[in-house]
Amino acid sequence: MEISFRDLITVLHGMGFGALFMLAFSGAIGVIYATAAAGADSPIARQSKTMFRFYLISMATLAWLAVLSGAYIIYPWYRAVVPSGVTDLSGYPRALLLSSPRTAGWHELGMEWKEHIAWFTPIAMTMVAYVFIKYGPQLALHRQMRNAVLGFTAVAFFATAVAGGFGAFLNKYAPVRGGHEIILFRQD
Amino acid sequence: MSNPIRLQNGPGAAAILSAGIGAGALGVFALAADAFSVVRQALVIWPPSGPLSGVTTAAIVVWLVTWAGLSRLWATREVNLARVNLAAFALLILGLLLTFPPFMDLLQGK
Repeated sequence: MEISFRDLITVLHGMGFGALFMLAFSGAIGVIYATAAAGADSPIARQSKTMFRFYLISMATLAWLAVLSGAYIIYPWYRAVVPSGVTDLSGYPRALLLSSPRTAGWHELGMEWKEHIAWFTPIAMTMVAYVFIKYGPQLALHRQMRNAVLGFTAVAFFATAVAGGFGAFLNKYAPVRGGHEIILFRQD
Repeated sequence: MSNPIRLQNGPGAAAILSAGIGAGALGVFALAADAFSVVRQALVIWPPSGPLSGVTTAAIVVWLVTWAGLSRLWATREVNLARVNLAAFALLILGLLLTFPPFMDLLQGK
């Protein structure tokens, strides 16, 4: 059982960083809402503060890792220019998609939206983590701030869902493959 | 239990508004790179990633510089958070629209 190096990095980008962020989303909403609802002088809020801070910082870190690995490691493989004379486009996902009108939309809508919208997530989640660390249980006293934080978190979820969804489909129609093969399991 | 001292909302408002400005800037840079070849070329700061490298880096710089500036300005102030939220979400929606390829094409008459 083998996997190519590029496949492995793509899995890490999508499943390791992106999907983990998506899984953590509902927890983030709960953390923010529960902290604000508990009130500024609640002992529960004080005890949970450290764990909640770690949770939101981890989410922001996952979001940054997802976009940075996507834009600076995987995207260059995806958009590699086809050398003259090459007719097998399987190693050139962008060119492969654009080579047929039946798949061109996956690049023109899917990748072109994905490559930009994904960046809303780390910006939003960094702000959310900062506001939570700064105010914590005091968000109960700043209702509008709490609403803004929840709103930005929801937009971050939407952006990640769009980027992740298109990423999964793009990888079905034109997978990013190549690099040395890594043997995961050897059958006798 | 004693009532905690209520923190000023200025630092939080600065973070929220600058995130909205960063999101709006991302949309504007993405549209500019799509519409104008001279901008597209100028934004190629790391060739393997093409203009995406410049679009996102420029938006992050705008976001962080704005955040630093507003944080200094509003460090000890109480600001009108309703207006800040309105502006931040308007910019966020603008950014989302400007990165949506069919909307980009519509603006360019494609």
